[in-house]
Amino acid sequence: MPPQTVDPVMVAVTLEVNGIGYGRTIDSRMTLLDLLRDGLALTGTKSGCNQGTCGACTIHLDGRRILACLTLAVTAAGRRVTTIEGLSGPAGGLHPMQQAFIDHDALQCGYCTPGQIMSAVACVGEGHAASDAEIREYMSGNLCRCAAYPNILAAIRSAAQTG
Amino acid sequence: MQPFQYERPGTLQEAAQALTGDGAALLAGGTTLVDLMRSGLAAPTRLIDLSGIEELRVLSTAGPTLHFGALVPMTDAAEDAVLLREYPALCQSLLQGASQQIRNMATLGGNLLQRTRCGYFRDGVSPCNKRLPGSGCAALAGHNRDHAVLGGSPQCVAVYPSDWVTALVAFDAEIEIYSLEGCRRLPVETFFREPAESPHIETEIRPVEIVTAIRVPATAAGVRSTYLKLRDRQSYAFALVSAAVALRMEDGVVTEARIALGGVATRPWRCRDAERELVGHPLSLATAARAGEAAFAGASALADNGVKLRLGPQVVAQAVRIAGGSDRA
Repeated sequence: MPPQTVDPVMVAVTLEVNGIGYGRTIDSRMTLLDLLRDGLALTGTKSGCNQGTCGACTIHLDGRRILACLTLAVTAAGRRVTTIEGLSGPAGGLHPMQQAFIDHDALQCGYCTPGQIMSAVACVGEGHAASDAEIREYMSGNLCRCAAYPNILAAIRSAAQTG
Repeated sequence: MQPFQYERPGTLQEAAQALTGDGAALLAGGTTLVDLMRSGLAAPTRLIDLSGIEELRVLSTAGPTLHFGALVPMTDAAEDAVLLREYPALCQSLLQGASQQIRNMATLGGNLLQRTRCGYFRDGVSPCNKRLPGSGCAALAGHNRDHAVLGGSPQCVAVYPSDWVTALVAFDAEIEIYSLEGCRRLPVETFFREPAESPHIETEIRPVEIVTAIRVPATAAGVRSTYLKLRDRQSYAFALVSAAVALRMEDGVVTEARIALGGVATRPWRCRDAERELVGHPLSLATAARAGEAAFAGASALADNGVKLRLGPQVVAQAVRIAGGSDRA
């Protein structure tokens, strides 16, 4: 007998991403990461490990930094998402944290960078950027295989001091 | 991932009712369950999201009982002012676990029910009596540096990984459980089972039950407490060995001691023999060291984890000294 296929369960989801409302009907298994990238063409958020260990998929949900790869999209229904694409202000231009990453050469391949920046913005907003030690500790959920860590630290320290 | 129906009940009763159907699993923060579902280690056909049930989000640290609702995020509890001031071990156990992103998602009840990090369990294919009863244990003759020196059996030596629960067991926490038949409470110590002959059964919870809260009796020993976590990296790693210690002292003499171990046992591990080494004596380097030795007196090493036997007593001794005030945290 051929293997049985199981039909996906489709669910209707509406959510706000970067200030814009979206409605989609999706497979209940779809993660928020895949909805953003494949469903909404917001590919700034990256899939690194897809198992919640690298932090590349860090976004803000209702103002808190979380991992999109471990979030089922259906659980974000009715909530407010901010991605790297949404960091610019209404007038456009780079967010000060993005500028700081450029100024301090805080990236090499750039793959972890959107997640680093989203995490860093939240880290400063949480009040967890008062010292190098605190920044290192509270950014520990974002891995960088290129080891740009010293420059990431410098960028965040600089943005925290000017911000 | 197996397709699933998604439900989000508004009350505990609706959630418990939903649990009585086949193939149902409870969803809290998702940091354990979504990962396991994607790995194929969990395959529910119905997901019951508890996040809409307000009473599960109660966090109350005033009064004679600390009440931690099962759906309270780790971050919220870690930032509680009373915990910071009066139960540092509880705060530290939360803040030294996971990452800020995970702590923002993960819940106190979900943390309690997290699964072992044993690579053979998680790879989905190796012999593993926890995943597939009767299939064997690949860790016993395999790479077992991360495995248990306490509470293991010939069937399973997987470590229970929660820092939060290690601290909770030092504080005599109770688990509150709800089902359609009513509520019951279990001490956290008896909620968890050693693997023995049935490693696939990890806790006393029944399939139709919901953990609703964790309750901790307020204690003056909380103020003089610490959670010390030794690991391969400075942050964002599970424990090699950890210790939760809380003391009461009068004029330098220990009047009450609470010691629990993490990273080394198959369940949360309270060390009453070690506590007895301290009580009634002035706290000293020698008594702290004796407590450390006593904590690991019954421990046995596997091929790769002898390091836990060497470092473990030192971690306990240092945590005792930190709680007692002679060492800095």
